Amino acid sequence: MNRRKSRLMRVTSGVYAAFIFLFLYAPIAVLIALSFNESKLRSSWGGFSLKWYASLLQNDRIISALGTTLLLALLSAAIATVIGTAAAIGLHNLRGPFRSVLLNLTYIPMLNPDIVTGVALLLLFTFVGYSMGFSSLLLSHIAFNIPYVVMSVLPKLKQMNPNLLDAAMDLGMKPATAITKVVVPEVMPGVVTGFLLAITMSIDDFVISFFTTGPGVSTLSIEIYSMTRRGVNPEINALSTIMFVVVLALLIAVNLRSGQKGGEMINIG
Amino acid sequence: MANNNIIELVNVTKSFDGDIVLDHINLKIKDGEFITLLGPSGCGKTTTLRIIGGFLYPDSGSVFFDGKNITNVPPYKRHLNTVFQKYALFPFLNVYENVAFGLRIKKLPEAKIRAKVLEMLELVNLVGFEKRGVTALSGGQQQRVAIARALANEPDVLLLDEPLGALDLKLRKAMQIELKRIQQQADITFIYVTHDQEEALTMSDTIVVMNKGHIQQIGSPESVYNEPVNAFVADFIGESNQLDGIMLEDYRVEFNGRVYQCVDKGFAKREPIEVVIRPEDLKLCRPEEGNIVGVVKSCVFMGANFSIEVEQGDYTWTAHSIHYAQPGDTIGLYLEPDAIHIMKEFDNDDAYPDDPEEELLPPEEEEEK
Amino acid sequence: MKYKGITYSYVVYAFTFFLAPLLLILFYSLTASDGGSVSFTLENFTRFFDFSNPQYMKVLGNSFRIAGIATLLCLLLGYPMAYILASLKPRLRAFLSLLFILPMWMNFLLRTYAWMSLLETNGIINTLLSKLGLPALQIMYTEKAVILGMVYNFLPFMILPIYNTLIKLDPSLLNASDDLGASPWQTFTRVTLPLSKPAILSGINMVFMPSVTTFVISRLLGGSSTALIGDIIEKQFKLVDDKGFGSAMSVIIMIFVFGLVALTREKDSEEVSL
Repeated sequence: MNRRKSRLMRVTSGVYAAFIFLFLYAPIAVLIALSFNESKLRSSWGGFSLKWYASLLQNDRIISALGTTLLLALLSAAIATVIGTAAAIGLHNLRGPFRSVLLNLTYIPMLNPDIVTGVALLLLFTFVGYSMGFSSLLLSHIAFNIPYVVMSVLPKLKQMNPNLLDAAMDLGMKPATAITKVVVPEVMPGVVTGFLLAITMSIDDFVISFFTTGPGVSTLSIEIYSMTRRGVNPEINALSTIMFVVVLALLIAVNLRSGQKGGEMINIG
Repeated sequence: MANNNIIELVNVTKSFDGDIVLDHINLKIKDGEFITLLGPSGCGKTTTLRIIGGFLYPDSGSVFFDGKNITNVPPYKRHLNTVFQKYALFPFLNVYENVAFGLRIKKLPEAKIRAKVLEMLELVNLVGFEKRGVTALSGGQQQRVAIARALANEPDVLLLDEPLGALDLKLRKAMQIELKRIQQQADITFIYVTHDQEEALTMSDTIVVMNKGHIQQIGSPESVYNEPVNAFVADFIGESNQLDGIMLEDYRVEFNGRVYQCVDKGFAKREPIEVVIRPEDLKLCRPEEGNIVGVVKSCVFMGANFSIEVEQGDYTWTAHSIHYAQPGDTIGLYLEPDAIHIMKEFDNDDAYPDDPEEELLPPEEEEEK
Repeated sequence: MKYKGITYSYVVYAFTFFLAPLLLILFYSLTASDGGSVSFTLENFTRFFDFSNPQYMKVLGNSFRIAGIATLLCLLLGYPMAYILASLKPRLRAFLSLLFILPMWMNFLLRTYAWMSLLETNGIINTLLSKLGLPALQIMYTEKAVILGMVYNFLPFMILPIYNTLIKLDPSLLNASDDLGASPWQTFTRVTLPLSKPAILSGINMVFMPSVTTFVISRLLGGSSTALIGDIIEKQFKLVDDKGFGSAMSVIIMIFVFGLVALTREKDSEEVSL
């Protein structure tokens, strides 16, 4: 929608966009700056220092929470991808009202507010007397990741030419070979997207983990929450900076990989 | 300008990213005529239309409307309306509201809007469709709504950008006749863009043949078909046999090893020229009666007639006839002097894009940059 | 039916992990457990809808009001931004929308925390203001800080669907409007806005839902003064262990949320049949 714009419109637009970007980035920029502040006081600059990074790395709770978060994300995403892909194949082959019932059921955790999902799973575990800990956390993450996998895989199955499988078998492939050689490669991009989405969702989650974890097991989000509850802490600034840099690096890597050349990004503007 | 030109383009030039799409176009459009811009994709016809409509501004040159320079007037202030390629109906409005859109912008009283909308729907044979959603309509019906919507504004000129492109063949034929009727009934100027030569020949009062940003020929359908000014026009409009020849003197031309009488004059002695002959001007006859004699290579039934390929020496003629010819037979073809069209040597590279569809002039059919 | 085994196993899974937990919420909200015996009761709901002491209804109303304001602000700030982004050249807008997504990838808690250190009484903003000789901004631990936190966290959820719709807008529809005599502003209100209505609805959905149910933003930026319904629910499970009342409130919030989804969904399917 490229429309002709007057000069005034252009300037106004530019100023407005700058304002919004400032709004989005200023808080992060401040955190990053403060993470290098020698002084614990936020209002004064006590000189450049990496001491908060050092103390962060010595913070055992943070380090173990990071380990839990990553393990949880990888495991839950992998299992959710398997279940979700199977579910998508099952759903794709279903017809009639049962299909829409099952599909709506699948999307419940995605539509429901996190707090309701968290509370609901908490009640499930207490009702059956399941002891809360890493495994309850894992089961919960698998559950709320599945809809994202199904959502990524299902469209790929729909796009697939229904004659593809028949054609493969017509050309002499055995059904099992046809599925692995023909269907899987077609659907793979959706599976990968679903997996990555699940990892992101798992790392990003706080609320559901908060309700379904047990004593002594905490994810990074939970740890950050309890730190912020105790007030402002420069170690969090250091953590934010590290996470921002990681996210930035990942995003750039993803974009370089998906064919957008770095040079293109630079000569913009 | 005290003449009856409703629209005039003077030296209009337009380029996209350094590619010249229109090169000093000059065009006069008379009030009330049905004029067609015809050419292969990338020839500049759509760009010309968009410049007239105000969706693009020319790099240089001027656009006059009824004698007034409107080169820099935005579309919504121009007294002309457009029927867009894929109709561009507003999906969130029903048929009635689509047609009423421009009238509501003008803030006409409700009663007037109602009367006008109904009048327009009657014109396009869509009475009773007022409450229908436009997305539920067939392609032909959407087309009619688009025309009604454009005409409701009572424009002096209606621009139509390949409006029949999305319809199937039968519907196209019906709509061609319909469009001509609507144009005559509304009594306004239609500027029509198409790459379909048959459509152009059927409907137009005037055809403007374009190629590579230049106007090749302007004329009535008959004159463009019968008297193409160059090989491009001859090739683009209808099928044709084209050969190199030499103009020996006035009224005498030599091609494919034989001298023929013709009706052209005014060339230099022994000037190399190009000869264009329409397939239907080659009459099948017995070998001894023909002024071309050759062997039938193939004979294919085309629905209304046979397309016959006849090999004579190095050249294979294409002839159209209602009679069948047996491949392998030697037959004669008879050529009247006035069926031989002589044209100046033409730069072939320029006239024939290898494949007009694939030719890369990106902005032509694309959205504006 | 093909893939019977897969489908049935999944049905069992979905019932266990998606449906059963919700039924349990309903179960806990409608029962009282006294020692070993479980009995049906509406007490949890009557406690919530107690008109002689409407404290919980007030919290719910307040949550809706605050989330509503935040959603409206997101729409007012986000629509122009989406429009500006969408009208840029493709290359530039790809880069800028990337910049837009970047903060979204930062941990939600860290983003909220960032405002804590900015807004505190002795925080950055007030330090700057006092250096400029301006009066201090006292919004930390008020409703305004909560709204700010919501807008900051959820603004991209408003911008993205609108942006995605605007970049796919058929330019010929805008040209058609131009052509029919509509001024640029008329084209915006009569064509662009109706065409982006489904996206606006989905943006509203995506901002309002997490806002109305959050307890993190209100806890961190609102302190104890601005309790939202999420805070009350969280307390029932984490502090006072009143599963019945917490479940009842979850049921109530769920009804509202699914009502809202159903409402905007229905509109969606009407509009989207382009």
